[in-house]
Amino acid sequence: MRTSAAPDLLGRRLLFFTGKGGVGKSTVTAATALLAAQRGQRVLLVEVDAKGNLTRLFERPPVGFDPVEVFPGVFAMQMNTEASLREYLRLNLRVPVLGRLGPLAGALDFVATAAPGVKEILTVGKVCWEARESIEGRADWDLIVVDAAATGHVVAQLDAPRAIRELVQAGPIRGQTEWMVDLLSDPAVTALNVVTSPEEMPVNETIELVERVRQELTVPLGAVVVNRVLPELFTRDDQAVFDALRGPEATAVLERILGLGAVALLDAARLAVSLRRTRAAHLAELRAAVDLPLLYLPYLFVRDHGLRVTRMVADRLGEELGL
Amino acid sequence: MIGGPGAARMEALLATREIVVFCGSGGVGKTSTAAAAALAAATSFEGRVLVVTIDPARRLANALGLESFGNVERRIPDDLLRAAGIRARGELYAAMLDTKRSWDDLVLRHAPNEETAYRILDNRMYHNVTSRFVQSHDYIAMERLYDIHATGSYDLIVIDTPPTRNAIDFLDAPKRMADFFGGRLLRWLTMPYRIGGRRGARLVNMAGRPFYQLADRILGGQFLQDIAEFFLNFETMYSGFIERAQAVERLLHDRRTSFAVVTTLEGAPLREAEFFCEELTARGYHLGALVLNKTLPAMLLGEAGARAASVLETDADSVAAELKGAAPELLPDPVRTARVLRTIAASFRNFSVIARREAELRAELARQPEVVVTIPELEGDITDLEGLAAIGRYLLA
Repeated sequence: MRTSAAPDLLGRRLLFFTGKGGVGKSTVTAATALLAAQRGQRVLLVEVDAKGNLTRLFERPPVGFDPVEVFPGVFAMQMNTEASLREYLRLNLRVPVLGRLGPLAGALDFVATAAPGVKEILTVGKVCWEARESIEGRADWDLIVVDAAATGHVVAQLDAPRAIRELVQAGPIRGQTEWMVDLLSDPAVTALNVVTSPEEMPVNETIELVERVRQELTVPLGAVVVNRVLPELFTRDDQAVFDALRGPEATAVLERILGLGAVALLDAARLAVSLRRTRAAHLAELRAAVDLPLLYLPYLFVRDHGLRVTRMVADRLGEELGL
Repeated sequence: MIGGPGAARMEALLATREIVVFCGSGGVGKTSTAAAAALAAATSFEGRVLVVTIDPARRLANALGLESFGNVERRIPDDLLRAAGIRARGELYAAMLDTKRSWDDLVLRHAPNEETAYRILDNRMYHNVTSRFVQSHDYIAMERLYDIHATGSYDLIVIDTPPTRNAIDFLDAPKRMADFFGGRLLRWLTMPYRIGGRRGARLVNMAGRPFYQLADRILGGQFLQDIAEFFLNFETMYSGFIERAQAVERLLHDRRTSFAVVTTLEGAPLREAEFFCEELTARGYHLGALVLNKTLPAMLLGEAGARAASVLETDADSVAAELKGAAPELLPDPVRTARVLRTIAASFRNFSVIARREAELRAELARQPEVVVTIPELEGDITDLEGLAAIGRYLLA
């Protein structure tokens, strides 16, 4: 089932990353941007959820709607639907917005609540617009990397142009959605990637999401990034030795030589083995169910999560992509 | 490390409160912790305990007898509990939240007549409001909680909260729903349609205003009219709805309700948990407990282990030789044995790094509720009643 060739992710223009909360979606997104920048690309990194944590991964303060260079070649921006609307009105309708956006923004909140895709279109629309401008030479992003909504919301987010087209019968917005759908559907331009970890819920959600995306969206899927893969400690033969070491006879010898710490060591190794084993079963399930390229990133035994870790993840991602 | 002075009070929390709400960011093990707390309560005390889950893992749902969605509360049969080695003094029930049905029920309850109810239920805006409105899942979970509590059928209700972008969103949900349907803005937005009659033409003076001109230009007039029609129908439920939302909010503030915040000892979830603890207190909710889930065992921090690891790092070969001497049949190949010993030491070091990071984060916790419970990383998935019982023992240890 598994496609073995490394996918040419960095050759696309627009990469979305989704994933269940807690799997490291933002870290993988940031690492992808960093990897591309290290290879000479000019990258726009877009944070969609208003958490403002993405720039932490570069050890930089939060950013706003205007892109700020947070690493050589990586320009980060925080999505803001009101700013996006303001920009849209200015660029497309030549509407003088000053003094009027106040009530309009409030009304927009209401409309967005009721109507599918209004809020989402302002997010996806901005991202698509940057991609189109770059392709047509009016903006200079080689790559746009989006830390998109979590698995539960990403389909609604990417489906926004189509939902809007169904809903809005006339007006300029309807016309705008056409090119967005085309751009989002083009496998040479766009890829939606799913970040997961080898645990029960993330794997289930990934399998369900891949099915849903294929049924409901025309957005091409890129890769599944499996984050936090624990190392295999022992080969089968070594495992037999480990089991023998845990027997009373060998443990007694170890305790005599190593002191009380011997038991702690054996217990810690047993925990590592069984955690790995549980995760391996989930990985197998994922492999069997999803026929997309899988990229593996190791569990990192590190003190803290900052730029150093983002670099480590980027390095491993580069290896997995065959770069 | 496990248990500690706070543990007795976790028991007290489950014994004295009528509602315990479990919250925290995604992936920290909220659902299993909530289910474990309910099982622990049903095990320790007499009475009826219900756990309401939002989106449990399939195997856990099966273990609780929740094969299908639907707002049906099911009792976990005693023989199932006994088979898992659990002797319950009370009765354990489980239910899974069905968002769509809960909304439909709400509309049917509050609409002035059946015709209006079905006009609302059939409107395509309705589907969008209830399924895509970020707060709607949160709201309906709290609404459902109120509903069940009002029946008086349970001594304790333990509820899991839906995954939200922000763990505190659901607290604002009742108020936001009330504001949403009662707001001036909504009135203003629907005004042209209101004046012109439900399906009537717009009045020129309204349509001439800049906002409507702009909205028309962007969205097209039909679109706004669709929305307005929906809200005009929805508005007929207004008073019942507001009363209800306020009652839900009162219940959450009531002293019979307490909150338990679940987190792992990782940077991002912990920051969110801390923020949540502060917000709960600031808003006058009762912060009952902080649950530190999936923590690594304390032995990874011990001096003894570190000393043993450094011996193996420098001298695995002679330890292996000695093992061969003592147990030649079990460990005949000292080269292989030495390799395994070095791997064991390296793995201990690796996990020690994480355990130390966890310990530091724990020490830095700015604000702690009186009750802090630690649950270790368990070796397998929590997929059955035995697994829940194991967590429960840590909760009450």
